[in-house]
Amino acid sequence: VSPAPPPPPPPARSVMSAGSGYDLSSSTFSPDGRIFQVEYASKAVENGGTALGLKCRDGVVLAVEKPVLNKMLLPTSNRRIHSVDEAHGLAVTGFVADARQIVNRARDEAIGYEETYGTKIPPSVLSDRLAAYVHYFTLHGALRPFGATALVASYDDETKEHSLHMVEPSGMSHRYFACAAGKGRQPAKTELEKLTLNNREDPAQNISVREGVKQLARIVHALHDEAKDKPFELEMSWLCEESGWKHKGVPRDVINESVEWAKKDIEEAEEEDEDSDEEMEG
Amino acid sequence: MSAHAMSMHAPRSHAASAASADPYNLKPGEHSTGTTIMAIPFDGGVVMGADSRTSTGTYIAVRVADKITQVHDRIWICRSGSAADTQALTDYLRHYLGQLSVETGRAPTVKTAAHLMRRMIYENKDNLMAGVIVGGWDAVDGGSVYNIPLGGSLVKMPFAIGGSGSTYVYGLVDHKFKEGMSKDEAKALVEKTVAHAMARDGSSGGIIRTVVITEDGCDKQFIPGDQLPFGP
Repeated sequence: VSPAPPPPPPPARSVMSAGSGYDLSSSTFSPDGRIFQVEYASKAVENGGTALGLKCRDGVVLAVEKPVLNKMLLPTSNRRIHSVDEAHGLAVTGFVADARQIVNRARDEAIGYEETYGTKIPPSVLSDRLAAYVHYFTLHGALRPFGATALVASYDDETKEHSLHMVEPSGMSHRYFACAAGKGRQPAKTELEKLTLNNREDPAQNISVREGVKQLARIVHALHDEAKDKPFELEMSWLCEESGWKHKGVPRDVINESVEWAKKDIEEAEEEDEDSDEEMEG
Repeated sequence: MSAHAMSMHAPRSHAASAASADPYNLKPGEHSTGTTIMAIPFDGGVVMGADSRTSTGTYIAVRVADKITQVHDRIWICRSGSAADTQALTDYLRHYLGQLSVETGRAPTVKTAAHLMRRMIYENKDNLMAGVIVGGWDAVDGGSVYNIPLGGSLVKMPFAIGGSGSTYVYGLVDHKFKEGMSKDEAKALVEKTVAHAMARDGSSGGIIRTVVITEDGCDKQFIPGDQLPFGP
């Protein structure tokens, strides 16, 4: 019996070799000053379901498009939105297992801060601590960066202000009026920019939480491609007066109402497009 | 409140020495701020007061001591027990509050200062002899006062008295204190009360120091020993 043929040679790198050897470790800079491993980590997040955050005038709303991986899964399992303590909520996307560690760290930080200082951790401190934690994993040869992004909805009991932050795998963290992460983040950002979020002359014009829930439901549904993407569940949470300034899931009936409205709104928009197309042909 | 008095006069290990002249079980040569300290919040701030006697046994080591120490812009601490221990504690607290205000970008609250101080005292209670009153003004709660006796418990109070001299004036303060006093009424009560304690407690004496803390600033004053409202 003749010996098995030698294995085929490994394929030449067909993907554009952006790294060219500088991308093997997160403790290596490329000649043009980039750390490729961190950029690749962000790419990993982009494969995850779309996560959206919206700071409305009277509260913060978080939404995540959660792909249903398997028909056998219980509908409410595999949560993407977690509470850190009553005043903070985290919506995550990307590698969910990585995100789990970020959530656990956030909870530890919140508990530790309250035990030491006697007050709830301020929003900026929590996101700075998470950003520092995530960043640490980008400068060790032995560790890999997190492949997950966290959207942080917070309420500061001392200043009575609510806020939205986003922590990315690079360790950057910013405070936002609206932010998006995951698959549909580019079109989502375009949609979010259309909303009235920062009208300084007349702050009463800024979007309310109830309206925000509807808009986020609409954006998630509009971006979801029935043909290409898996069926999904919509997870939503809010932090507002109606929730007693505690981070809670948006009540089921409110979500259902908003989804119904969203679907109708999308249909109407499509009909208008068809009408205007017909006019153009005529 | 009687529980607090008990804890100051009954050192944990030796019940017998509770009756001795040295209620603090200090090491030889260690200075005691066997003391009278007091704090009363009013609408818009806090008045803190103390005597000025630091003693080693029967020798008065310092007769014009300053037992009210600042740890942040609007947060002060009244110190009683071992002078060395309380000085070390307030130094740590000042450091932590300074760091915290930079990290959070805002002034620390009196509640936070009190929690930090309590943490330090509780976790090191076997090695410390410190009873403190934390008082100050912050934008969240206005004027507030927290009492932290020897064991490291933390109680927010409408007014607080502490130190060896405080036992003699519980009755006076219970009689005279009322909620909602003005700044001047509170200051007058602090001065009168500390004076009475100084008159009866051998470990308290000297001058009466006061600090009035409000949103606008801190006003430090003292009453010389020959102009006390009562006594000697």
